[in-house]
Amino acid sequence: MDVKFPLDELMLVAPELVICALGLFLLLIEALLKERARSIIPILTLAGGASAILILLELAEVRADVFFGLYSLDSLGILLKGLFLLILILITIVSMRYLEREDILQGEYYPLLLFSTFGMMIMVSSKNLLTIFIGLELMSLAVYILCGMLRENLKAAEASLKYFLLGAFASAFMVYGIALLYGSTGSLDIREYSQFISKGNYSTIFILGVALLLVGFAFKIALVPFHMWTPDVYEGAPTSITAFMAAGVKSAAFVAFLRIFYTAFLPIVKDWGGILWLIAVITMSYANVTALVQDNVKRMLAYSSIAHAGYILVAFVTGEKLLSSSIIYYLFAYAFMNIGAFTCVILLGRRGEENLDIDSYAGLSGRHPFIALCLTIFLLSLTGVPPLAGFMGKFYVFSTAIKAGYVWLAVIGVLNSVVAAYYYLRVVMYMYFKEPVKEIGEIDLSSPYVLVSLICIFFLIYMGVFPRDLMLLAERAVSSLF
Amino acid sequence: MTDFPILSVIIFFPLLGSIVLLFIKRERADLIKTVALIFSIFEFILSLPLFFLFDETKKGMQFVEKYRWFPEWGISYFLGIDGISLLLILLTTFLTILCVLISWTDIKTKVKEYYISLLFLETAMVGTLCALDLVLFYIFWELMLVPMYLLIGVWGGPRRIYAAVKFFLYTMAGSVLMLLAIFALYYLFYKEKGVFTFNLLDLLGAHVPISLQYLLFAAFAISFAIKVPMFPFHTWLPDAHTEAPTAGSVILAGVLLKMGTYGFLRFAIPLFPKAAYDAIPIVSILAIIGIIYGAIVSMMQPDLKRLIAFSSVSHLGYVMLGMFAFNVQGVEGSIYQMLNHGISTGGLFLLVGMLYERRHTRMIADFGGLSSVMPLYATFFMIVTLSSIALPGTNGFVGEFLILLGAFKAKKIYGILGATGVILGAVYMLWMFQRVMFGTIKHEENKNLKDLCKREILIMCSIVFFIIFMGVYPKVFFKKMDTTVDEFLRFVKERNAYYQTMSAITVGRGEK
Repeated sequence: MDVKFPLDELMLVAPELVICALGLFLLLIEALLKERARSIIPILTLAGGASAILILLELAEVRADVFFGLYSLDSLGILLKGLFLLILILITIVSMRYLEREDILQGEYYPLLLFSTFGMMIMVSSKNLLTIFIGLELMSLAVYILCGMLRENLKAAEASLKYFLLGAFASAFMVYGIALLYGSTGSLDIREYSQFISKGNYSTIFILGVALLLVGFAFKIALVPFHMWTPDVYEGAPTSITAFMAAGVKSAAFVAFLRIFYTAFLPIVKDWGGILWLIAVITMSYANVTALVQDNVKRMLAYSSIAHAGYILVAFVTGEKLLSSSIIYYLFAYAFMNIGAFTCVILLGRRGEENLDIDSYAGLSGRHPFIALCLTIFLLSLTGVPPLAGFMGKFYVFSTAIKAGYVWLAVIGVLNSVVAAYYYLRVVMYMYFKEPVKEIGEIDLSSPYVLVSLICIFFLIYMGVFPRDLMLLAERAVSSLF
Repeated sequence: MTDFPILSVIIFFPLLGSIVLLFIKRERADLIKTVALIFSIFEFILSLPLFFLFDETKKGMQFVEKYRWFPEWGISYFLGIDGISLLLILLTTFLTILCVLISWTDIKTKVKEYYISLLFLETAMVGTLCALDLVLFYIFWELMLVPMYLLIGVWGGPRRIYAAVKFFLYTMAGSVLMLLAIFALYYLFYKEKGVFTFNLLDLLGAHVPISLQYLLFAAFAISFAIKVPMFPFHTWLPDAHTEAPTAGSVILAGVLLKMGTYGFLRFAIPLFPKAAYDAIPIVSILAIIGIIYGAIVSMMQPDLKRLIAFSSVSHLGYVMLGMFAFNVQGVEGSIYQMLNHGISTGGLFLLVGMLYERRHTRMIADFGGLSSVMPLYATFFMIVTLSSIALPGTNGFVGEFLILLGAFKAKKIYGILGATGVILGAVYMLWMFQRVMFGTIKHEENKNLKDLCKREILIMCSIVFFIIFMGVYPKVFFKKMDTTVDEFLRFVKERNAYYQTMSAITVGRGEK
């Protein structure tokens, strides 16, 4: 068989190629650059991210299956690629000063960030299980290393190792699931599964494959009971990477999850929907109750991220096709809230001393009113106070649940958000109501941090007050699922 | 003039004020106070034309503004006021001026943040009163929480953190359930009419199945009952009132509690009339328990602010009792009582705040014989106290009289039980007054207390003016709400009758 590589189709994946090529290029030149000249690396990363976004905008209207159907360009993928590039840019800006402070090697950090973003972009734009898996592995492997970048820090080493071992297990589950699905249907293309199901002769093996796939995703998204790694990894990893994981990795995994389950397995939603219902309830309740007692703010945010995955799952469970756009909106809102909140966490730390305990936040409003105000806005958005994006996200998700008739799930969800209000407000309370109890030293409030905080606040308010644009985009995006 | 978006201007003018304050250096405390005062006075002046331009003969909403916001979902920026919200808006803008004035010397730390919160809160409150789109309403409703949380938590008393958190969680727990009920109503309407809308005036025409109506009414009612607060949801109030700074207590008593009763009038009752009618016994009994319980507990309070806080529970019980009488007297009295409570309880909190500023204690036992050292203060206190216990000639009398009249008309026993509260009210208020003002001075510190200064006299004069004016010539205010209340009662009765026949038909079918 004469297979000719479709060279002309490379043009359509130009954003991905830019990111990947830039990663390789940076790895190469890093060796040649002098110590002082290394500050060009983040600049190049930013330039790469920005140009990828520009190319993406050029390609925004292209819909095609390329590379023999292994890779697809559709509105869902393009919207999410935009989000990942935006996250990449924000994280790069945050990292500029942070890496210097913590003495993290720039030469490895940025290329890994780029590779990981490349992986995410692949994950969300394929309808082939194997391609999705490759994207997932590319993303994960890069993040495993990034978690351990604080080499002298024991917790970081622990985080990296733990994440790697458990992540490898999860990948094994997933790939085994894929193998079972392939074995029972003879195809890796998710579009063919629904036809296969509608014929009605799917076997136990097939169901087992679906279950294993579900476990793999539950791990990546950190749903209870597959969440054990999350608090430790989020705490140990460099804070910029924690933000990257919370915003990017989680979104990518969620969207791949959404695409596979909604495109392929929607006819048997009754089978997996019930399980996810239960997982959603346990995830929200467990994470929120556990977060109540955390005195470490980074850990608290880790549990909160688990809880938010639970809220998103509320919309997921319904199996309502068009309503799944609420998931996309929520992921966007969630990304900005988290990057903002973790930026504030970074600001409070110093070299070797992260000041993560809640006592460090006491009386912050008096000493650094700007940081306190920013963090308050992010926390209020996480709580779901209008008119911020977090509120609109919850609004959308819970209205979806009510519409689909999942009243109890919605009730449990909103009551959980009241529980969550307690621990988010606890930080606000420490910042505004208490007097400082300990000296946290000089705070380096330099422009990159301020810029990222302001960008995040802008998006949160804009998306909260004018939700329409993004919601319509999201609705268009999910229509490509079917 | 009709095209001028006056409601939007009134809503967002205080927000502009707080943005202006954001850019003033925090060292210039006097400038900050002055700017806040100017903004609050202008806000009041801006809201006055509403009163004069409001056409009391016209039914329905006035000064309507409607812009598309999210048309695909039926969310719109929809504002409008009727006779009920008109008076409450004026109360809000009026009380905010007093709050700025009373905080002049009271608030010494974080002055800038304080006035920013206060003005921001005013935006949220006025917005809540104007919103006619359920989403817009919910946004303003939740928005009120944050500045109030900060006001209590940052500038409050010793147990402020506990009180602030309790306040926030309690109210939020209620409102999230309401949000779900709003969704349910929204989809119900869509199924029935095929249109997505959060527009209140459209949703009023929805046919809500009766079993569902009970659930949705309960979700709305619990949310509002927490805010009112009705017995047994009142436990957050004494803490919040006691710990809040004076202005916080005034806003809380004067306006925030009214949001609960306003919510009943505007949303819960008209949207679910059958459920509301069926809930009359429950609500009335809880209201009466609130009246009597609040009064008895007040009697025993050693702390002045806590005493007034519990008296609020009692007064708001009247408001609910009158509202659920569902006749003109009851409802009008109930609305009037909302205003009265804002003026007289607000006045009492202001007075206690003045005393606290001088002596840094609010314990009744620490006072006694103040009338001889602070005669002016004692006089004002007396007038406000009398208004609070509804002496004829003061505003309180008009409201309570009408409410009891309405309650008697609806069901005698409610009226009789409610009336006992009047006696109890006189007991705790007069006893408190006697212990604080009369007798001999027992404490050395009280001998040199200064009487009111000019600023304080100005504040109290404006309160007393309204107490007497509203007591002697209530017609000015009733005129504004007559049509609205008639329309409200007609609508609710009609809808209730409609649901009655509907259920009769279904029952009839069932029997066949």
